[in-house]
Amino acid sequence: MTRRAWFSALLVVCLAAALTFLTLPVVAIFVDSTPGDLIASLGEPGALDALWLSLKATAASIAIILVVGTPAAYLLATRSFPGRAIVVTLIELPLVLPPAVAGIALLASVGPSGVLGGAIDAAGIELSFATAGVVVALTFVASPFYVRQAVAAFAAVDRSLLDASRTLGASEAHAFLRIMIPVALPGLAAGTALALGRALGEFGATLMFAGSFQGITQTVPLAIYDRFSTDFDSALALSAVLVAVSAAILLSVKLVRGGEALGIAPR
Amino acid sequence: MKRVWLVVLLSICAGACGSDDPERLVVSAASSMTEALEKCAPRFGDADDAEVRLSFAGSDELAAQIRQGAKVDVYAAANTRLPDELHADDLLTQPVEFATNEFVLAVPKDSDIDSIEDLTRERTPLVVGSESVPIGAYTRETLARLPSDQEKAILANVRSNEPDVKGIVGKLTQGAADAGFVYMTDATAAGGALKAIELPAKLQPQVTYGAGVVSKADQPKLAQRFVEGLTDGDCAGALEDAGFGPAP
Repeated sequence: MTRRAWFSALLVVCLAAALTFLTLPVVAIFVDSTPGDLIASLGEPGALDALWLSLKATAASIAIILVVGTPAAYLLATRSFPGRAIVVTLIELPLVLPPAVAGIALLASVGPSGVLGGAIDAAGIELSFATAGVVVALTFVASPFYVRQAVAAFAAVDRSLLDASRTLGASEAHAFLRIMIPVALPGLAAGTALALGRALGEFGATLMFAGSFQGITQTVPLAIYDRFSTDFDSALALSAVLVAVSAAILLSVKLVRGGEALGIAPR
Repeated sequence: MKRVWLVVLLSICAGACGSDDPERLVVSAASSMTEALEKCAPRFGDADDAEVRLSFAGSDELAAQIRQGAKVDVYAAANTRLPDELHADDLLTQPVEFATNEFVLAVPKDSDIDSIEDLTRERTPLVVGSESVPIGAYTRETLARLPSDQEKAILANVRSNEPDVKGIVGKLTQGAADAGFVYMTDATAAGGALKAIELPAKLQPQVTYGAGVVSKADQPKLAQRFVEGLTDGDCAGALEDAGFGPAP
């Protein structure tokens, strides 16, 4: 074989290894049980509570991320100011934090004995053992995924569009809402999907910061862990639902941006 | 080009070609034994020229891992039911009882709670173990011995079902919860942060720890010696120092 053929063979072997390694565990979730079994295990009230809670908490956290993250990302994408690089790095930091570190960080900051714990308690806000605490944990870990992607999306918008609208007398707020957001929409949607995926899968920070209680703080990943020792079938069923939802999210991103979106996705 | 190949081969080898280590003993033990076993296990390893790997989690999670075929040599649980069940399924040798613990109510040190009845007060956030983990099973067993109105009121105050006893201690030391049910040894291990409230004898569950050698152990002889050492050896002493009682 020529050297080039050897190299190609190596590439193919590596890709095959990667593909097998990454798909086998996911496929195994569906091999062990029939669709009927999966649906039957989901009929259990605890499983439905977990799904409903995950849905609610994720929706709330995504809403917060969009409302606050979009203007913040716009600022980062359109202005340069001293310390911008530091701000971007700080915002992206939770991307690479282990979930256990995120849990400890949330406890140390907004936990009952945290730096801001007293103030939060005085304001009458309950985070420990409350769904609000789950939303805080999800928002903390998921928002960098959105903001990072949104900054890139806004930065890629042709500045002449913005300049033209300003020349025609539109205010910047108007231009932001009517031009920048629509043009950057595919990128924003990709960022939303990535944040959604991360929020749905959150485990460690939620358990450490908010606890685990059916219908209040026990999201699907926590319910899976709770069932793993006693009811493996039910754990499999919930896992299958998460795989399906995550795959749907990934597919929708691919459809929206023709695959290019995930090419520039973080990590 | 040659150098590239070398790197590729080396990196494949790093994963696959295990070196001939000294014998490695994998011990799966209940979270409540963390402090005690971390002290004695390295000494056990030195004496036998073996490397002891400790893996701590809720006893039920560890049992589930063994059922799923995890490479474990010794299983030490915070009850006797889980080892007995594994033994019944031929996954564990005949388990031995090696220690006892006391089931207590733990509260932050400055708490005004001083009895289990105080937990019936509304807005007394309580953390317990989830039903599948031994500490959670002991908790429900104890509460079931109370008058049913008290049991109901206390269960209504439960705010979190933690997967292991360390999670309960963490929620208490962080001030998230007002009270939790743990083992005496956990309350002691938390330093001065927690106060242990002993329960009346009629409410106390019998907390007995059981251990055995996993049937598919790679190191059955070493594992057997480790299990024996839990009742008579360095680890027995470490367990006693941590506040565990002797086997019944």
